[in-house]
Amino acid sequence: MIINEKDNMLTVEATVEKLPNVMKFIDSKLEEISCAQKSQNQIRTAVEELFVNIAHYAYPGEIGLAEVRFKFIEKERAVEISFADKGIPYDPLKKTDPDISLSADERAIGGLGIYMAKKLMDDFRYEYKDSQNINTIYKRI
Amino acid sequence: MLNIEKTKDNGNMKISLEGRLDTMTSTQLEIEVQSSLDGVDNLTFDLAKLDYISSAGLRVLLSAQKIMNKQGKMVVTNAAEEIKEIFEVTGFSDILTIQ
Repeated sequence: MIINEKDNMLTVEATVEKLPNVMKFIDSKLEEISCAQKSQNQIRTAVEELFVNIAHYAYPGEIGLAEVRFKFIEKERAVEISFADKGIPYDPLKKTDPDISLSADERAIGGLGIYMAKKLMDDFRYEYKDSQNINTIYKRI
Repeated sequence: MLNIEKTKDNGNMKISLEGRLDTMTSTQLEIEVQSSLDGVDNLTFDLAKLDYISSAGLRVLLSAQKIMNKQGKMVVTNAAEEIKEIFEVTGFSDILTIQ
């Protein structure tokens, strides 16, 4: 279930099954600000990768919550989306980027999601604050 | 939502995808691919109607490529600009044969 949805914030259980709810929330926000299709797709990709990462790893063996906040920074024509969870502390930016020059046979299946989010966004920040992981993406549209 | 259409003619197989290949739909494709590559030496993915791909979708394409490297060849056709951008960013444009 959706725990709470206010104007610019959505709280859901951090499970893969809730991904469509998160995408719907983000889509409706992006439509309100007339975001270009290309940026919209890039933002959707980053949001999916980040949320799925939290759903998979934040709460091993239990179901916890994730809070998604959307912010449009008008003077910069930019979107900032943050994801907060109270799961195990994890800084995705510390993870080594996959080696994208390897051949198909050498490449591992996986490890691409966070890398894609970093590449498609203008900024990606992580902080651990008040017992929460906070991942924030920023994209000029 | 993802629609998968498969056509097979001897060792040639074409898989046409329509919609979104993401976390929610990639398992569906993975099952289709893994259950149907026996005896296939020429695999084509037609992405003309694919709107979106996430890393979960890339994983399925990569595992198909790994299988086809052992038994034949695989090509990816008709990908839209946005899909091509994802292939570029992730280095998939070097490991897939994109036409």
